Amino acid sequence: MIANLPDSPVLRRSLALAPALIIIGVFMLIPMVVMAIFSFLEAKSFGGVVWNFSGSAYIQLLYERMLDDSLRLSPGYLIIIARSFLLAFVAMVCCLIVGFPVAYFISRQPIQHRNMWVLLITIPFWTNQLVRTFAWIIILGRNGVIEAPFRFAGLLGADETLGLMYSDFAITVGLTYTFIPLMVLPIYASLEKLDFSLVEAAADLYSSRWEAFSKVIIPLAKPGIIAGCLLVFIPSLGAFIQPDLLGGGKKLMLGTLVQFQFSTARNWPFGSAIAMILLAFVMLFLILYARAARNAKAMDLH
Amino acid sequence: MTNKATSVSPLHPDPVSRPIEEAGPARTAVELDRVGKIYGHGTTAVEALHEISFDIRDNEFFTLLGPSGCGKTTLLRTLAGFEHVTRGVIRLFGQDIVDVPTHKRPVNTVFQHYSLFPHMTVADNVAYGLRRLKKPADEIRGTVDEMLRLVKMERFADRLPAQLSGGQQQRVALARALAPSPKVLLLDEPLSALDLKLRQAMRQELKQIQARTGITFIFVTHDQDEALSMSDRIAVMSEGHLQQVGTPTEIYEHPVNRFVAGFVGDANFIEAEIASPIGAKVTCRTRGGLELQADATKASSGQRDAVLFLRPEKVRLTEPGAGTVNGTVRDIQYLGNSTLMEIDIGEPASVIVRQSGDVNQPACRPGDTVGVVLDPHALQVLAE
Ligand SMILES: Nc1ncnc2c1ncn2[C@@H]1O[C@H](COP(=O)(O)OP(=O)(O)OP(=O)(O)O)[C@@H](O)[C@H]1O
Ligand SMILES: [Mg+2]
Repeated sequence: MIANLPDSPVLRRSLALAPALIIIGVFMLIPMVVMAIFSFLEAKSFGGVVWNFSGSAYIQLLYERMLDDSLRLSPGYLIIIARSFLLAFVAMVCCLIVGFPVAYFISRQPIQHRNMWVLLITIPFWTNQLVRTFAWIIILGRNGVIEAPFRFAGLLGADETLGLMYSDFAITVGLTYTFIPLMVLPIYASLEKLDFSLVEAAADLYSSRWEAFSKVIIPLAKPGIIAGCLLVFIPSLGAFIQPDLLGGGKKLMLGTLVQFQFSTARNWPFGSAIAMILLAFVMLFLILYARAARNAKAMDLH
Repeated sequence: MTNKATSVSPLHPDPVSRPIEEAGPARTAVELDRVGKIYGHGTTAVEALHEISFDIRDNEFFTLLGPSGCGKTTLLRTLAGFEHVTRGVIRLFGQDIVDVPTHKRPVNTVFQHYSLFPHMTVADNVAYGLRRLKKPADEIRGTVDEMLRLVKMERFADRLPAQLSGGQQQRVALARALAPSPKVLLLDEPLSALDLKLRQAMRQELKQIQARTGITFIFVTHDQDEALSMSDRIAVMSEGHLQQVGTPTEIYEHPVNRFVAGFVGDANFIEAEIASPIGAKVTCRTRGGLELQADATKASSGQRDAVLFLRPEKVRLTEPGAGTVNGTVRDIQYLGNSTLMEIDIGEPASVIVRQSGDVNQPACRPGDTVGVVLDPHALQVLAE
């Protein structure tokens, strides 16, 4: 026998939404709540938590506990946060610089070729991130694709290296490479909608190429640019594969720090606290983005 | 390169109120010399323009008229600089501009779909060209106000284009293109997106604005009424070829060939062979054996066959036996301001007659026999 469906539309709607709500609840809300709670507990020596309320995880971010139990301001973690922002920002800018022309190029192709270009851009995205990041070790590393010719030409001695690997540079390259499709796609989406006769109109009204670009194309591509920047910046901020492999574990970022706390350092509350801080920043950016998107929509109500 | 840029300065001394009677012999604004345009290459090449040559005078309201796909837009785009010509020369006030980039041509365009900048207010749209020309701010403000007043849009200065109706957007597009006071204004079917009433009102306004500003207008349309009612002169095009350039009267009354005659207004064509020496008048014999006198000014001397052309409103009906030939009324179409009648005169093609609502005309019904007067002055031999 089939159970009677409830008559109330409200009830029926919540029933229809139930699967989605359950998935969001189980896979997103509960873990986040657990993390939030853990961040306010005490660490057990070898992983896990002691159920005592404590702000020590957050204190640990800013202060170092001395032997006599006094606290001393310690910038170590702040530096890691700052570096994360810096590297994520630089990666975002690099993605924008490389991604915008690519998106523009695709949007100017004949319509039947565009999907092929989009596919080409996204293909690397479907392969394993770890593998792709290892590829950069082969390119940038000792005796890698870049160093080999130098060595062959005798410009680099046997013990010398260009030092490309295990640097901020290598991390930035890895982040840029990994997330560039996330920059190209939204920009392409907004450029594809752009009516090219507007660019002609700009040229007709005495705009040089640069002026047409800065006064017409950029403003109209802005929603895509903002979305692309967020989509690159946010995951870059929390990335851990690239800093780990390409930074060699010496150049920590927020993502690697979180991972480190849960694995090697066995300090779950501290790892959770860092994750919560990361989450707070992400939320902040998303709110700013929603604001910008709303303003953009208000601009072209059609 | 640099001297080119300076000599084709887009600057114009006085924007709107240039007196019309700054007469003297009319200067040539635009000169097209065997302009050809081929899109693509190899097997997919399309010849959009073929050896187009004509002149457009300064201060003229000039119309490019032709059916869809005849190359009107292409010609306009080569003038604006959006397309390169494949061959030929375009001169603007005597200067070859084929290598001058769009943004250095003192020419502005009103686009078919307006192409207003959606992220700028009406005022910013209108100011756009002036800002790129680095005009002083107070001059820009003055010109923008003046232009918005000219197109009656001053109340909408702070709106965004998306908040305007089609007709209003059209006006803004016009104001935006006029603001930098170009030497030539290009208009690509600017009225085609408007409804009939608005279109007719805008015809008048466009014409007035052209007269007031004294700017040369090059207007593209495929609507013959629009072309006839607005233009000083018209160029009729077909499949990339120029057919005829002339005043509306010349085009309508004396079309040079069958295409022009048929495209600009309704026309009767009667095929005939020439039966007398060709002078100012000629006698022709139709397939049905009818002998007709016709105007032969456009006939060539060796011509044997001819196409006779006659506008429907130039045909008169009379009592049976009193006309050039008798015919039978086949069909009557009442159009309100006039009546179209199809009359069988024993020729392969019947004759269409247009009668304005004249009370003195005899009323007739399908099947009636009437006399048809084919006036030798109105009947013209078309060039081959
Ligand atoms: N970018 C292009 N590539 C290839 N062929 C083109 C291109 N633009 C136009 N054509 C072709 O050139 C010819 C003339 O086109 P054009 O747009 O100038 O016609 P038009 O007279 O403006 O027609 P309409 O009244 O429909 O606007 C057409 O056959 C068209 O298919
Ligand atoms: Mg066209």
